[in-house]
Amino acid sequence: MVEALFWPALVGYGEAALAYATVRYARAGTWGVRLGWLAQTGLLAVQAARADGFPWSTWATSLNLFVWLVVGAYLIWGCSPRYRLLGLGVMPLAAALFLVARVGGGTDAGASSHYGNLFLVLHVGLVLAAFAGFTLAAALSAVYLWEERRLKRRAADILRLRLPSLVVLERLTKRTVLVSLPLLTLGLAAGLVRLADDGGGIDAAMAVAVLTWAVYAAFLTFRPTGRQSAFVALFGFALVIVVRIALSGMHFA
Amino acid sequence: MRLSLVGISHHVAPVELRERVALPVEEAAALARELGDAVCLSTCNRTEIYLAEGAEEPAVAALERLAVEPLERVVYRLHDVAAATHLFRVAAGLDSLVPGEGEILGQVREAYEAARPGALLDRVFRQALQVGKRVRTDTAIGESPASVSSAAAALAQQVFGELDGRRVLCVGAGRMGELAAANLASRGATIAYVANRSPDAARELAGRFGGAALALEELPSRLGEVDVVLASTSAPDVVVRAADVPARRRSPLFFIDIAVPRDVEPAVHDLEGCYLYDIDDLEAVVAETIAGRRVEAARAEQLVAEEAERFRAWQASLDVVPAIASLRARAEEIRAAELAKLGRLPEHERRTVESVTAQILNKLLHLPTVRMKQAAAAAEGAAYADAVRHLFGLDEDRKR
Repeated sequence: MVEALFWPALVGYGEAALAYATVRYARAGTWGVRLGWLAQTGLLAVQAARADGFPWSTWATSLNLFVWLVVGAYLIWGCSPRYRLLGLGVMPLAAALFLVARVGGGTDAGASSHYGNLFLVLHVGLVLAAFAGFTLAAALSAVYLWEERRLKRRAADILRLRLPSLVVLERLTKRTVLVSLPLLTLGLAAGLVRLADDGGGIDAAMAVAVLTWAVYAAFLTFRPTGRQSAFVALFGFALVIVVRIALSGMHFA
Repeated sequence: MRLSLVGISHHVAPVELRERVALPVEEAAALARELGDAVCLSTCNRTEIYLAEGAEEPAVAALERLAVEPLERVVYRLHDVAAATHLFRVAAGLDSLVPGEGEILGQVREAYEAARPGALLDRVFRQALQVGKRVRTDTAIGESPASVSSAAAALAQQVFGELDGRRVLCVGAGRMGELAAANLASRGATIAYVANRSPDAARELAGRFGGAALALEELPSRLGEVDVVLASTSAPDVVVRAADVPARRRSPLFFIDIAVPRDVEPAVHDLEGCYLYDIDDLEAVVAETIAGRRVEAARAEQLVAEEAERFRAWQASLDVVPAIASLRARAEEIRAAELAKLGRLPEHERRTVESVTAQILNKLLHLPTVRMKQAAAAAEGAAYADAVRHLFGLDEDRKR
C-alpha cells in the first residue's frame, strides 16, 4: 500500500519539476503537483493509521511530512502556470527531499514514537508546518530578487520570460510569514512546556529555532520592503536549514 | 463546392491603394451580398472577398471600382484549401505585420457575422475563428506587447501586478505620452496628474483622463504620491532629477521615459526601488517580444496546417456525402416497402422485425460508407460516388 502511494507521489513531483521547465507543459506540471500531493496525503494517512502514536518523529519521517507541508503551501499560494518558475524552484527540491526521506526510511509504514501524540502533533506538526511556510516564503523571495535584478538590468526578455510582479511576490512572502510565524510560536511553546515538565537542557536546535522566531517576528514588526524584505526572509530560511540539520543530528535523538 | 478568394493586402499593395478599397463592415457586407454567397473582409491591411461557387471576375471588378484603377498586378486569387489556409492564417494573426496581432480575429468575426453566408463559407469562417482562438490559447504568440506604449504598460505590470488604483504622473502632454497614458489607463491605472510647460495642454490631457493639471515646477512635490511617472516632453534638458525622488517610500516607483532627449536623469534607475526605462530600453523589449512571437508563429503555422488538412478532408467528403445519403435513402426505401408486405403483425413482432432489418441494413452499408469517405480523403471520392450511383441505380431513381 505504501509503495503504491510513494511512487505516484514521487512521479507526480518529478513530473512537475520537469514540466515546469517549459511554458508549454506548465499546466501538466500543475496536475503533477496536485496528483503527487494527493498520493503523498494518502501515504501519510496510511502511516498515521498503522502507527502506534505519532509516526513522524524521526528525521526521515519528519522530512516526509515537511515535504508534504511545503508542497501543500505551494498548492495554496502559487500552484498555477503563472507561477511556473516558482514551481521550478520548489518542486525539484520537494522531489529530492522526498527521495531522501525514503532513503532514510521516512516513507515506511508502521513507524511509532515513544512520545505522546498530543505533544508531537503540537510541537513537531506545528514547527514543521511553520518551516514549510518559511521555505515557500524563501522561494518567493528568491524569485523576487531574480525579477528585481532583471528589472534593474533591463533584461530585454523580461516580458517573454514572465515572473509574477514584484509587488505580488512581496505581498505573498509577507502573508506566508504572517501565517507561519503563529504556527512556529505555538510549536515552540508546546516544546517549552514539555521541557519545563520533563526537565532537560536547551540544545542547539532549540536555540536556533528561537533565533529563527526572532528574525521572522522582526520581519513582521519592522515590515521591511523591497530587497530588504527578501533578504530577511532568506536569512530566516537559512536558520530554518540550520535547525533542520541540527534536528536531524541531535534534537530527535 | 468551390471556395475562392480574391483580394489585396499589405504584402502586395501600398497603403495609398489599400485605403481606397478599405470598407467599413456594413459596406463590406453590402458588397458581399451584391456578389452572391460571399464574405468581404476589409481591414487596414487587406480587403479580401471570399466566394462560394461565385464568379471571381465580378469581385475583382468591384475592387477595381473602389480602387479606381486596374488591379491585375496586385490582386491575388486563391482556391479551395489554399483559400481556407490563407483565411486561417489571417484569423490567427500570422498574415499580419506584427505576428499574432489580436485585433484581426474580431475583424474576421465581424465580417462573417455581417455577411451571414451560406454553408461552405459558414463552415470555413467558423473554422477560421476556432483556429484564431486555438492559436491564441495554445501558443504564446499574443501574450507579449508589440508596441512601445503597450510594452511600457506591461513593464509597469511586472512591477505592480494589477494596475488598478495605481497612480500615474504624466510629464508632457504630447501624442506619444497620450498613447502610453491611454494604454496604462486601459489596464486600470489612474492618470492622477499631467504636468506640462503649457498649462492649457496639461489641462486638456488631464481632463481627458480625469486627472489634475500641474506646472512642471510642482513635479518634485508630487513624486511621492504616484507609482508610475510617464515622461514624454520635448524639453532639451532633464525634467526629473534623482534628487527629486523621495528617499523613503514603501512602494516601488516606475519611470517610463519615452522622450528624446531624455526627461529623466539616468541616476534615478540606481535608486532603491526605482526602475527607469527609456525609449531604447522599451524598443529592445519590443524587439525581443516580436522575436518571441516569430518563434511562436512557427508553432501556430503547424496548427494552421492541421486545420487546413481537416478542411481539405471535409471538402473532399462533400464529393461522396450526397451519394452516401442517396444510397442510405434507397436502402431505407426498400426496407420500408418490404416491411409493408408483411401485413398485420403483433406489435412486439413488428418491432423485432424492424430492429433486425435496420441492423442488417446498417451493417451492410457501414463498410461502403467508410470506404467512400476514405476514398474522398484520397481525392478519389468523385469516382467512387459515380460508381455507387451507377451500381445502385441511384441516378435512375432520381429520374423516376
